[in-house]
Amino acid sequence: MSENLAALAYLAASLCFIMALRGLSSPETARAGNVFGIAGMVIAITTTLLLPEVVSYVQILAGIVVGGAIGTFIAVRIQMTALPQLIAVFHSLVGLAAVLVAAAALNAPEAYGIAAGAGIKVSSLIEMSLGTAIGAVTFTGSVVAFAKLQGLVSGKPLTFPGQHLLNALLGVALVAAAVWFVLTGSHMGFWALAALAFTLGLLLIMPIGGADMPVVISMLNSYSGWAACGIGFTLENNLLIITGALVGSSGAILSYIMCKGMNRSIINVILGGFGGEAAPAPAGAGDEDKTVKPGSAEDAAFILKNARSVIVVPGYGMAVAQAQHALRELADLLKKAGVGVRYAIHPVAGRMPGHMNVLLAEANVPYDEVFELEAINRDFASTDVAVVIGANDVTNPAAKNDPKSPIYGMPVFDVENAGTVLFVKRSLASGYAGVDNELFYRANTMMLFGDAKKMCEGIIKALG
Amino acid sequence: MDPADLAAGASESATGAARLAAETAGGLDPFMIGLTVFALAVIVGYYVVWRVTPALHSPLLSVTNAISSVIIVGALVAAGPVELNFSKIMGFIAVTLASVNIFGGFIVTQRMLQMFKKKPAGREPAP
Repeated sequence: MSENLAALAYLAASLCFIMALRGLSSPETARAGNVFGIAGMVIAITTTLLLPEVVSYVQILAGIVVGGAIGTFIAVRIQMTALPQLIAVFHSLVGLAAVLVAAAALNAPEAYGIAAGAGIKVSSLIEMSLGTAIGAVTFTGSVVAFAKLQGLVSGKPLTFPGQHLLNALLGVALVAAAVWFVLTGSHMGFWALAALAFTLGLLLIMPIGGADMPVVISMLNSYSGWAACGIGFTLENNLLIITGALVGSSGAILSYIMCKGMNRSIINVILGGFGGEAAPAPAGAGDEDKTVKPGSAEDAAFILKNARSVIVVPGYGMAVAQAQHALRELADLLKKAGVGVRYAIHPVAGRMPGHMNVLLAEANVPYDEVFELEAINRDFASTDVAVVIGANDVTNPAAKNDPKSPIYGMPVFDVENAGTVLFVKRSLASGYAGVDNELFYRANTMMLFGDAKKMCEGIIKALG
Repeated sequence: MDPADLAAGASESATGAARLAAETAGGLDPFMIGLTVFALAVIVGYYVVWRVTPALHSPLLSVTNAISSVIIVGALVAAGPVELNFSKIMGFIAVTLASVNIFGGFIVTQRMLQMFKKKPAGREPAP
């Protein structure tokens, strides 16, 4: 295939990828979008296979079949609650692939047409070092994110004295290695650069706590895009540059949305250490006059049955308890009894952007009953019952009226405006941010202590 | 610079001389083309991604992940030649890794999107 024809095909693939993202603007067009994405990938791979320098089809096919089989197996078997881990693993693969492609290009520059005399063009070396560094950080960072999400290491932020200083020194060393590599083209320089970036990726994600994972996942998504972009510049391949830029900006926008949902800056999240044991429990003054009103499943069933409108606020606790199916059954019963049920989802609920939406969709909750924070927050005042299930910090009024609170300024649901608040929770423990929730002690709040799934089933039984 | 040195350096290899000429004699550096494409793609990405509905942010993550494995294009070129060397091994591993991602990413996206349904107006409720 001639170079011009290949460039044309790559352009078609790029346009397909843009259409794939465009499709996600609504659930109706999203599936067609995914088909565009697949088409783009098929075009890209076929075109490359037809290039004159690509001839060892057997090995390549073996690689694609083995990799494809593994990918298919995992994707078909994975539980929807484990999606964040899966995405983290996939990010790590892109990062590692970027490093390997850079290493391949370094060792065989003539195959990519980037050779200059005995070495490689300086501009290509700069781009290569960028792609490698970002790819390596993506790889180890994603591995740590996976380990945290999977529970292999503690989700608590892991901090130690001098951490930021160490990271800064590593950063400086990384830049030094990059300069060395660019000036000399030395392979040693390349591997030093890669090793430093691998280490930096580990250390960067370690101090970030579990509930900040939506930001971390989006950030790593962005990094994987920029890594592809860097490799695209190195190989002078516009398809890689376009795709990398699309993915990079997508991840960056998601990170921004997630940070805004927590009213924190991206720097604050990256520095980490938020919500660990460091946060003091503000016990003490005024504790004795705080009383909670515990209730049973029967009480909850009675209140729900007599309501006209209900808004459910699900959080990560629902995912942990796998309560989404029981919750949907409960909602079905209520709807049959003439009660209006809607769902309210906070931007940072769960462990990845849109996590709750997927879980509710999995439980066959129609997506037009599910609303975003801004779209539904005014309606709590005219709602009879708000059911908070597995969420905590996103309902805490302290975010609105306590300037000293660590979550002050974070957009939260005004659940306290509802007639009655049913709070399904395992205990009175504070949420991720380590802040007590005054909502527990309000007169119109009833605490339903127990596992989210068991509680839903209990209410269903009491209703029936 | 001594013109004799320059001439000697340039004559070392024909391709080297050609590239040197292209880089110094006002030829358009491929980097500039790449940069143009990059800037435009970032703008397109910005507008397209802001239009994505928040309910579909998880599929957005998985589909962007799948398409970023287009890095397989670079891996295929490395794995392409007949003779076995370090570069080819790296390329082969990268092809395999990216394939996991391509198949896994698109399939899991499809699974997610299948679940996003409207109110069951005539459609049978899944078990």
